[in-house]
Amino acid sequence: MNYVSQILPSLISGTGTTLSIFFWTLIISVPLGILVGLGMITNFKPLTWLIDVYVWLMRGTPLLLQLIFVFYGLPIIGIVFQRYDAALFAFILNYTAYFAEIFRGGLQAIPVGQYESARVLRLTNWQTLRKIVIPQVVKIVLPSIGNEVINLIKDSSLVYVIGLGDLLRAGNVAMARDVTLVPMVLVAVIYLLLTAVCTVVLKRLEKHYSAWR
Amino acid sequence: MLELKNITKRFAGKLILDGVNLTVNDGQILTIVGPSGAGKTTLLRCISGLEETDSGDFFLDGQPFNPVTNRNNDTVMGVVFQDFQLFPNLTVLQNVTLAPTMVLKQSKAEAEATAQRLLKQLNLDGKADLYPYELSGGQKQRVAIVRALAMRPKLLCYDEPTSALDPDLRKEVEEIILKLKAEGMTQIVVTHDMPFAESIADQMLRVEAKS
Ligand SMILES: Nc1ncnc2c1ncn2[C@@H]1O[C@H](COP(=O)(O)OP(=O)(O)OP(=O)(O)O)[C@@H](O)[C@H]1O
Ligand SMILES: [Mg+2]
Repeated sequence: MNYVSQILPSLISGTGTTLSIFFWTLIISVPLGILVGLGMITNFKPLTWLIDVYVWLMRGTPLLLQLIFVFYGLPIIGIVFQRYDAALFAFILNYTAYFAEIFRGGLQAIPVGQYESARVLRLTNWQTLRKIVIPQVVKIVLPSIGNEVINLIKDSSLVYVIGLGDLLRAGNVAMARDVTLVPMVLVAVIYLLLTAVCTVVLKRLEKHYSAWR
Repeated sequence: MLELKNITKRFAGKLILDGVNLTVNDGQILTIVGPSGAGKTTLLRCISGLEETDSGDFFLDGQPFNPVTNRNNDTVMGVVFQDFQLFPNLTVLQNVTLAPTMVLKQSKAEAEATAQRLLKQLNLDGKADLYPYELSGGQKQRVAIVRALAMRPKLLCYDEPTSALDPDLRKEVEEIILKLKAEGMTQIVVTHDMPFAESIADQMLRVEAKS
């Protein structure tokens, strides 16, 4: 018990980094994903082509590779990121692609008639999107987004590879130093707590959206 | 008064509307009839600005206008779609007040008062807080009518208003349309139900299938 309270501060500080990556990736990637998803369903070929290539690259290569590329690779051509910025940049790029693909599917599930009935009511495109399309899309994509959110918590441990002090690294350092399994067990418990909280929040959201069909 | 002169419409080179002329006088009911595939829905979509025409002119009260671009002035056309297209994420009241508040800039109170009055008029009192999935087909249609009316259109169009409903509801639709006529609403009704068309029409336009 004494040992636990001894290593807990460093684990909590690691959790802070993990949560900060998680939080900012989510806050930025979800709206970006909506925008890119909208871009995918336009009829402007050069744009859809560009987005397709981007999504293909992001989903077709490991996130770990992307992290290493951004932090260790880009400096070779003169683009230097701080550790934390590199991690955030790679995560946002990667998760935006996944979210965009999910939102594209959701957007395509909205019948054309919804847009037409908004149009004859003289709503602007933006009003239609905000009041009619996005709420319906969110309801459709919520389960898939939920999966990605849980994945994101766990994926955030990949920042380990570029030397960022996240939860996993904090546990690993303590384990190597003190030659005990306790830190890793604690790390696992913290991850479980984080994903449990997310699951509860997501269930709440799904319940909220179950008021209508 | 709405006039169409020589309206032509093709889909991928295929002629669908071949020089359609029509006049709808204020407060009257025009029914558009004809066989399946003749272009009735297409004509209605051209009138409501959902489809571009290839040639021809529209006049509203003698003034030329373009249904597709004419979006910033008063509401010309209200449309009741065949499958209603209510917004599933909004309650009945929100479905009706959304456009009046956002487009006509009515206050929430004003829009809701109008909505409640119209809902009552179409026998929908007590339904304001339900979501569309909780309504019957006939109720959905009446909400769609109320939603269109709340935008104070000059004309109201219906595409096959009896087709998605139980046959015994036909009479009810007929009564609503005639009631709105009594209040001065100008209406265009597309239907392939001849007895229904004849019982409501002041004027009938037959659209023929092109070979
Ligand atoms: N978006 C479109 N692209 C290509 N062809 C179309 C399109 N919409 C309709 N058509 C064609 O135009 C013709 C007329 O269609 P329309 O839906 O107007 O007929 P309708 O008279 O309403 O028929 P129904 O009584 O079955 O509803 C049909 O041959 C149809 O295939
Ligand atoms: Mg039709």
